[in-house]
Amino acid sequence: METIRVSFPHLGSYHTPMKVLFTFGFDVEYIAPPPITERTLSLGSRYSPEFVCAPFKYNLGNFIETIEAGANTLVQTGGTCRLRYYGELHEQILRDLGYKVKFINMAKVQDARPTTLYRELKEINPEMSLKRIAEILPVVVKMIEYIDKVEDYIRKNVGFETIPGSFDKVHASFLSELRSVHSRKELNRVYRKYMRLFKKIEVQKPANPLKVGIVGEYYTVMEPFSNHNLERELARKGIVVDRWLNVSSTLFHYPKKKIEENTRDYVKYPMGATAMVTIDRALECAKKGFDGIIHVKSFGCTPETDVIPVLQNISKDYNIPVLYLTFDTQNSDVGFITRLEAFYDMIKMRKEMGQNFKHPSAHSNRFYPNHWGECSPSS
Amino acid sequence: MIIGIPRGLLYYRYKHLWLNFFEELGIDYIVSPETNKEIVTSGMAYAVDEACITSKIYLGHVEWLLDKCDYILVPRISDCGSAGKVCTKFQAIYDLAANTFRDRNIKLLYYNVDSSVADSEMAAFLKMGRFLGRKKSRCLYAYFKGKQAQKNAQFLELNEQQHLLKENKIKILIIAHRYTIFDKYLGEPILKHLHKLDTVPIIGDIAPKKEAIAKSVEISETLPWAFNRELVGSIILYRDRVDGIILVSAFPCGPDSLVNEIIIRKIKDKPVLNLVIDGQEGMAGIETRLESFVDIIRFKKGEFTWKQ
Repeated sequence: METIRVSFPHLGSYHTPMKVLFTFGFDVEYIAPPPITERTLSLGSRYSPEFVCAPFKYNLGNFIETIEAGANTLVQTGGTCRLRYYGELHEQILRDLGYKVKFINMAKVQDARPTTLYRELKEINPEMSLKRIAEILPVVVKMIEYIDKVEDYIRKNVGFETIPGSFDKVHASFLSELRSVHSRKELNRVYRKYMRLFKKIEVQKPANPLKVGIVGEYYTVMEPFSNHNLERELARKGIVVDRWLNVSSTLFHYPKKKIEENTRDYVKYPMGATAMVTIDRALECAKKGFDGIIHVKSFGCTPETDVIPVLQNISKDYNIPVLYLTFDTQNSDVGFITRLEAFYDMIKMRKEMGQNFKHPSAHSNRFYPNHWGECSPSS
Repeated sequence: MIIGIPRGLLYYRYKHLWLNFFEELGIDYIVSPETNKEIVTSGMAYAVDEACITSKIYLGHVEWLLDKCDYILVPRISDCGSAGKVCTKFQAIYDLAANTFRDRNIKLLYYNVDSSVADSEMAAFLKMGRFLGRKKSRCLYAYFKGKQAQKNAQFLELNEQQHLLKENKIKILIIAHRYTIFDKYLGEPILKHLHKLDTVPIIGDIAPKKEAIAKSVEISETLPWAFNRELVGSIILYRDRVDGIILVSAFPCGPDSLVNEIIIRKIKDKPVLNLVIDGQEGMAGIETRLESFVDIIRFKKGEFTWKQ
């Protein structure tokens, strides 16, 4: 029988826990899709419908490249927005392109009974053992939590490292060491070891650095390639980047009740997908006195588009600037960098002038937040 | 008290229910006019650029009603139970309207249908009736009367369509959301032009809903959205009785962006035209595409003749 080589689309650094889950849990070979490049995106958009959201195109590009790299079983997830329908169309497009691979679409079993879920998982590897998966699952969950913790620490400090690149180096070896971890004990040891290493990296933080919160759509926030390395760009300017959105906070510790309570002044009903998280975090950033908020989404993301009027109100009420960034499949950085620089200059000036500075948007339409949204860097 | 009803999105689906409900309760209402240039322009000014054109038009209707009534009806629908999910736009539209027009002191009348908290449509209407200060029994009666009116209207529509299907002309199935195709500004010019080309447009949204939803799995298994399921199912129901299919979507409709692609990839035995409308003025481009599509159908049927 042919070896089973499973693959799953990229999202930030999560291919590492995926590898652990599939190799040790499902007892199959795991092929991480090749790192996302221009080619991934151009392949993905060539075969995608025109105005589908960008993550669809990235995922499709990942699938095609990972098949080329030898994968023969692809897994796609379900979701609460368009994501839920990605799988079926991805499968159809790949079939029409002539690829003969097994396609596991978790959207089929999204609301299904555990037995149906079990049957679908069995498709990945018919000889899988539930016991092995039950053993590895807590390790994978914990690993995701640790990765999120580590990356949160990096976001807050990488802008101030004295030797450029020191965080990246440790981060890379942290991930590569995680790949062979398959017990909680080992995992804790690796985590503690690397946390110590991260803390040892010399940083020179000013007393009161600029602080920016990143909110927005799931994929585009978390996949650095798809947001033109936004977090890195901000760090390079010496900004503390705060982002709550990650897999562990949304999938494992989602504070539904609390979010509904916090956002009550602005919204009555959940607005779909990550919309409530976006509003909740933007409010949190505003209340904590951040210097700015950056709203990130892919073009046409309906829930995140609908959030914008709410963010505009928050921006007015708390007098906090919001930059609205939309990413599609363009490959030029220029428009994006210019807007980011303008935003940076503005929040820096506000900070220097103290709390008394009022953003012109509070008074006139000249810099009305909507205008930030209008000049999105689309191709 | 006067209730304002925006002529957009769910209005086209539920108008008989809404209008009869308010009439039966003795509450005055006004419906915003058919979409016109001013409404589109004001909608575009208030909406976020990337929103779909139908939701922009909807905001234009809401804006038109702002100073003309006491409350504006903006319902929220979270899902359609076993029939499927809805686009997140319908989950967000209440708060979207509230936030967009917050500074203009908008007052909204609403009901919320959410199967996860057992807010059935009936319970939601009773709640709305209580808010309007009407007795429960009267509201219940009004709701059922509205429901009945809606059923009757659907029955009549279906009957009419059955007659159209018997006509001996070229018949084209239009797969489009009701709020797109029946909008005066977006869809109606397309229907008019198809009539002008001596063809009969068959509306996919006018179909026995339950049957359509059950049939939709033949084309797509995991399709989440109820409204799209109905449309996809109607292709199965009508495909043998029409000569071609036109998919009409409002730019950039989220569900349609994926579903249309599936339809195009799976329907191989009928010509399919994918039309995306974005509310721009001028029909010339669309007319040309419709004409060439109809020519293709005529050519296939051997009816093509060189005019002029």
